[in-house]
Amino acid sequence: MAPKSLRTSRNPDLIRGVGKFSRSKMYHKRGLWAIKAKNGGVFPKHEAKPAVTDAAVTKQPKFYPADDVKKPLVNKRKHKPTKLRESITTGTVLILLAGRFMGKRVVFLKQLPSGLLLVTGPFKINGVPLRRVNQSYVIATSTKVDIFGVNVEKFDDKYFAKEVAEKKKKGEGEFFEAEKEEKKVLPDNKKDDQKTVDTPLIKSIEGVADLKPYLSARFSLKSGMKPHELVF
Amino acid sequence: MPFKRYVEIGRVALVNYGKDYGKLVVIVDVIDQNRALVDAPDMVRSQMNFKRLSLTDIKIDIQRGPRKKTLIEAMEKADVKNKWDNSSWGRKLIVQKRRASLNDFDRFKIMLAKIKRGGLIRQELAKLKKETAA
Repeated sequence: MAPKSLRTSRNPDLIRGVGKFSRSKMYHKRGLWAIKAKNGGVFPKHEAKPAVTDAAVTKQPKFYPADDVKKPLVNKRKHKPTKLRESITTGTVLILLAGRFMGKRVVFLKQLPSGLLLVTGPFKINGVPLRRVNQSYVIATSTKVDIFGVNVEKFDDKYFAKEVAEKKKKGEGEFFEAEKEEKKVLPDNKKDDQKTVDTPLIKSIEGVADLKPYLSARFSLKSGMKPHELVF
Repeated sequence: MPFKRYVEIGRVALVNYGKDYGKLVVIVDVIDQNRALVDAPDMVRSQMNFKRLSLTDIKIDIQRGPRKKTLIEAMEKADVKNKWDNSSWGRKLIVQKRRASLNDFDRFKIMLAKIKRGGLIRQELAKLKKETAA
């Protein structure tokens, strides 16, 4: 039954508090005689719903805090990955603007779910490995490299997570010994991943004249270059 | 030291300020001491201060206040576009435009080409020096 038809009254008001129809007339209008007739002369009786005893289900807490602490409101908003600039498409050559590889020209592969850009040198050409880079620290040039044959499906943010080193309990003797820093060796599977991504890339790069030396060189501002007037 | 480029009807000028910067226009009428009525095939006929115009060497043959169609015909007859593109001023502007639109990759390629050219020049110079020394 639609809620609207439940709410309308069959007994219109003459004035507030005085209905048009008497009790007997309303009895007839509501069809209570038909309900009784259906049920053999009496009103149908429904069984009482089992009362949920709250006391049995929830125990009284042992501890009440002295002050009422306000709970923060629930926030179910999820972040979307950063909107990718229109000038950045697969295979675009990007110029890195900050960090260890400042000025290097690298090839863009894809945008990861966190919003960061997955980028590679390629490693053999300019020493930049498979790396994540923030879109804000990048200039997109209009030069594109053909990414045909490169499969980057398996890379995501978890691939780049830092490895959690096991904490070693130091004994007293070890305090006096010179701390040997373990060299972080790159695991072989990462080296292989780099190779599988780079070989088809390097082939398509060598197909374009001067592109390999272009990617090996770093970008720098020279005298007379005005960044706001340069076309990248 | 006499003047060579005069403000006259039919003088082709380059707009050097304002919304129509860089356009070639024809002076079609003179309004007063400071302003001219100016027209080009791709713009609405309008007035411009002389200070906004740089006169060129090119002049076309028109009457005062011609129709747009007559103006375009006269410009075709005088071959304004080709004369301009072949003049040294026109060529300079084309080169400037090209340089401003260069890609980062293009700039890199130009750098390599310049280095190569410099190397060849120095080789030739060294050869010539050797010959004169010998």
